[in-house]
Amino acid sequence: MRHLIDIMDFSVEELQELIDTANDIIAHPEFYADRCRGKKLATLFFEPSTRTRLSFEAAMYELGGNVIGFSEAQSSSAAKGESVADTAKVISCYADIIAMRHPKEGAPLVASLNTSIPVINAGDGGHKHPTQTLADLLTIYREKGGFENLTVGFCGDLKFGRTVHSLIDALSRYEGLKVVLISPDELKLPSYVKKDVLAAHGIPYKQTTDLEGAMPQLDILYMTRVQRERFFNEEDYLRLKDSYILTPEKLQNARADLSILHPLPRVNEISVAIDGDPRACYFKQVLYGKYMRMALILKLLKEAGRL
Amino acid sequence: MNIDSIQNGIVIDHISAGRGMKLYELLGLEKLDCSVAIIKNVHSEKMGKKDIIKIDAEIPVNLDVIGYVDPGVSVNFIRDGVLVEKRRIDMPQRLTNVLFCKNPRCICAVEQELDHVFLLTDRKNKIYRCLYCETKAN
Repeated sequence: MRHLIDIMDFSVEELQELIDTANDIIAHPEFYADRCRGKKLATLFFEPSTRTRLSFEAAMYELGGNVIGFSEAQSSSAAKGESVADTAKVISCYADIIAMRHPKEGAPLVASLNTSIPVINAGDGGHKHPTQTLADLLTIYREKGGFENLTVGFCGDLKFGRTVHSLIDALSRYEGLKVVLISPDELKLPSYVKKDVLAAHGIPYKQTTDLEGAMPQLDILYMTRVQRERFFNEEDYLRLKDSYILTPEKLQNARADLSILHPLPRVNEISVAIDGDPRACYFKQVLYGKYMRMALILKLLKEAGRL
Repeated sequence: MNIDSIQNGIVIDHISAGRGMKLYELLGLEKLDCSVAIIKNVHSEKMGKKDIIKIDAEIPVNLDVIGYVDPGVSVNFIRDGVLVEKRRIDMPQRLTNVLFCKNPRCICAVEQELDHVFLLTDRKNKIYRCLYCETKAN
């Protein structure tokens, strides 16, 4: 049984297959409007995440399928003490595929080990969020035409930012990648990512605190939010939350073909004055996320013999 | 120093000098009723010094624990005074309920029934990571 728990569960070829399917859905949505007729997606959201949940639900509806589920742990059996494994076993009796968000790291993996239907990790704490990475990849592909020879700047919370770690993982398999890590000292990329991913693949990278200085060399700028929920200490959050705010002035030295991505939601790290700039891709990224989730649902249901 | 040879049991040999006691504890050998000998700093042609543990009973031993603590150790199974099997124990790929994840954000921290599973992710540097959250074992 195939699941998507970590973006690295899929090969480069499989990611390309998803991108090709998503592009085909964008071009011919009518061909896909009925593909999942009679199928049910269970959205098991043990912590609130309106955007991700709605993206999955919209994806399934646009494929002609149905959605069941819950949007917070309090309205699930978890509130009564049911284990993730038991929840997964029960839900697999009702649905064809699961999308799970859980505050604890590894919960979707536990579900996948205890169910007979495909499980999609829709975010497990600060750990992984592979479908966000799918959205990021389709955005980069459509903006740049591929993944080779890109210089990608990651800015903001690179320590707790799971989307950053997953995207670095995914991009590490393409030729010619260069990475610029822009963060305050306290929120630097963890050393194991630098060692196990960047160094292990021979990817050149540099660390800096200077966003404007790094700007001219970037093909992609991946901005992130400093997330309050990842801090145990409120004081640390307040001290670091405004470390980087992207404004039109800071884009003065940026390339004309720069693409600005952000996993959203943003707070204030990208000025709304940039929203109209053709280089701003973060709302397109949301739309592409839905198409990649559609492609993913189709792939996993097909491989599970349910389509 | 002489320790009697055993008739039916297990000899854990080629333990790196100083690790015998740690193995003794992790294997829970203090709970056994049978004779158990820990011989420390035995002269070895290959290793210089080594530790040996002799267990005078045929008991199940967790070979994964041995491989994790001291890869390269030999485990000899003795029956009726004869060596019937000799195994060299390498680092296990997977450890179940040997190491325990201390990450408070891990699903293991809230679901008590879950096995704590660690996978060998870097053989050269002997790094194990939690199956669920990938936190490195200390």
